[in-house]
Amino acid sequence: MIVVTAVDIELAVLVLAVAAWTIAARQAFPAVVGYVAYGLLLSLVWVRLYAVDVALTEAAIGSGVTGVVLIGAATRLRGTEAEAAAEQPRAFLRLAAAALCVGMTVALAAAVLLMPDPAPTLAPEAVAHLPSTGLGNAVTAVLLAYRVVDTMFESVVLLLALVGVWSLAPDRDWGGAPKFPRPAGQDGVLTFFAQLLPPVGIVVGIHIVWIGADEPGGKFQGGTILAAMWIIAMTAGLVDAPQISRCWLRLVLVAGTAAFLVIGVAGFAWAAGFLAYPEGYAKPLILVIEAFMTLSVAATLGMLVGGPPQQELRR
Amino acid sequence: MSVALNIFSIIAIAAGVFFFFAGSVGLLRFPDRLTRMHALTKADNLGLGLVVLGLLPRADSPLGALKLVAVWLLVQLAGATVTQLMARAARREESAPRSSP
Repeated sequence: MIVVTAVDIELAVLVLAVAAWTIAARQAFPAVVGYVAYGLLLSLVWVRLYAVDVALTEAAIGSGVTGVVLIGAATRLRGTEAEAAAEQPRAFLRLAAAALCVGMTVALAAAVLLMPDPAPTLAPEAVAHLPSTGLGNAVTAVLLAYRVVDTMFESVVLLLALVGVWSLAPDRDWGGAPKFPRPAGQDGVLTFFAQLLPPVGIVVGIHIVWIGADEPGGKFQGGTILAAMWIIAMTAGLVDAPQISRCWLRLVLVAGTAAFLVIGVAGFAWAAGFLAYPEGYAKPLILVIEAFMTLSVAATLGMLVGGPPQQELRR
Repeated sequence: MSVALNIFSIIAIAAGVFFFFAGSVGLLRFPDRLTRMHALTKADNLGLGLVVLGLLPRADSPLGALKLVAVWLLVQLAGATVTQLMARAARREESAPRSSP
């Protein structure tokens, strides 16, 4: 047991050290690399806290996709970085920002440390009602049965994020395709990788969605893996990035939210109200929503990484 | 039998950790980018391979063991690809005419 405690303490120290290093980094790119390493360490922390679902999400989205988006942003901003660094904000502003961050940290620490022991929890309730949902994973039950409206709005937030990215497109490129940076002089290395990995990745992604009903996993984690395979294929140039005005693309993007809404409104007819499931049909309906959500998450994340359209619309 | 398996696990994982350690030392001490990347691949291939080998007897099912092996193979594939791309980028940078400082 003493070894495990030592490893935990080491992990905590590492997380704090990498966080401090990320803040202290003078340039954007090293800071992003630090942030990705921080996210992966945080996944390990979640695993140690027996929150495997959260760990998977953190690894896939928190450090994976977010890391790729930030690397893209850092690369695009490289030209203007020196100018931005020269414009030091005033000392007062920096002190105020630091004070606000410290205040936030203290408030969070107080909230966690001052909790009554044992902490208030709804976990027994969540597990007790599992049979009514037909699911085996309490986390999935919370996300898609007890608090399903929150998850629906999450899917809307993803869409809004993509609309925000697309709105950065210059007028002449509106409706065109995003451009994925092609590493120069790679002589087929990336092509080979992009031909070999996706068959494996697609199976793993769908598997993670499927077992999400009973084991750690689910639509966000699996959808992210599918998105990664698509991004690799587009980066290697095996498939073209779709034009954002394409009808099929937009249908796939809204499929998840649409499934939520259709099943939600039908809840008025066959059950007690919005997004209520009829007795005995909870699990099949949840799987339908998960399937459509997986497609939407994969498409949305892939397009988010692609960024705003940069090529003129080809009719 | 279980004692023998435990000893095997300990030896294999310890050897794997040694390769990770050696790879990290190489990353910090080697003189140029290509050799540093070369040091890292040792940790990926042999280090992780030995750790997985040591964990195989402790897997709770044949499927679990298969997943461990799959993780090792995927890490090797990703590591080899990324190292190739980085090495090519490094070489292109070195052969490119120096821009004025």
